[in-house]
Amino acid sequence: MSETKYKPGDAVKVRASFPPGHVRTPHFIRGCDGVVTQYVGSYPNPEELAYGRDGLPEKPLYRVMFSQADVWPNYDGPSKDTMVVDIYEHWLEQNQ
Amino acid sequence: MSHDDHDHNHGHDHGPHPYQPDIEDAPYTERMVMTQAVAELIVEKGIVSADEMRAQIELMDTREPALGAKLVARTWLDPEFKARVLADVKTAAAELDIDIGDIPIQAIENTEDVHNVVVCTLCSCYPRLLIGLPPDWYKSRAYRSRTVKEPRKVLEDFGTSIPENVEVRVHDSTADLRYVVLPSRPAGTDDWDEERLAELVTRDSMIGVSLAKSPDHT
Repeated sequence: MSETKYKPGDAVKVRASFPPGHVRTPHFIRGCDGVVTQYVGSYPNPEELAYGRDGLPEKPLYRVMFSQADVWPNYDGPSKDTMVVDIYEHWLEQNQ
Repeated sequence: MSHDDHDHNHGHDHGPHPYQPDIEDAPYTERMVMTQAVAELIVEKGIVSADEMRAQIELMDTREPALGAKLVARTWLDPEFKARVLADVKTAAAELDIDIGDIPIQAIENTEDVHNVVVCTLCSCYPRLLIGLPPDWYKSRAYRSRTVKEPRKVLEDFGTSIPENVEVRVHDSTADLRYVVLPSRPAGTDDWDEERLAELVTRDSMIGVSLAKSPDHT
């Protein structure tokens, strides 16, 4: 298990970055504020694997929970509704 | 030669009728060409043999929702087993002689307070070795885009109404994990055995677009 920067409960922001290439951070979640719920292991970086490289060093992967109302300003449902997205560490920033 | 070119006298007259199209009659897209080219290269370069590729497809086709249903039914009967499933699906499934392969699967449990539904907005990630191949709608753009944005409407489209006091939690399976929902055990099944309970666990209830069947609907 590699070193992890975040732990469950940490407030994070998904980087609002739009580089070209194979990125597994969905567009709709970039720039959103969430909370880390779980570290689920480290995996070769898909952004590197997609181009035939080894993807090393492995990237820590987290489950991050967001409030639907924060992701979609016009969300039509109870404010308690949430979504959980799998996001690699290099796509997250500490949220103060 | 077309069907109409030959003479056939088998006692009745009929005019030309539409034929069942062959697979090759669908447009051959660039993606299909690439898929075929990559598959041929993998075999040519000896990375895997044609037989190994065939065997893997055959293995996939042996997987079906009944495997996951058995696992879910066992979690309803055995809280310690459920704890093991929630901790690590791979080792728990192995207790039932189910090999889920190398891609990690995480189980997520429906409760009185939370209803879970799974989508892969980027493609079609799905716990294939536990519950078989995904349904076509799971891969559709409509399901992938709407489920993250208006999950309650999507659930309604599947006939599933989640009360406002229950949180709907959407899981976007975008990376290295696959998700299987453990639906709640329906009321009125107290004295049921595992085999009967498993019949209530549908594919859709393990994706989260529906609940397990209620006992009066079997």
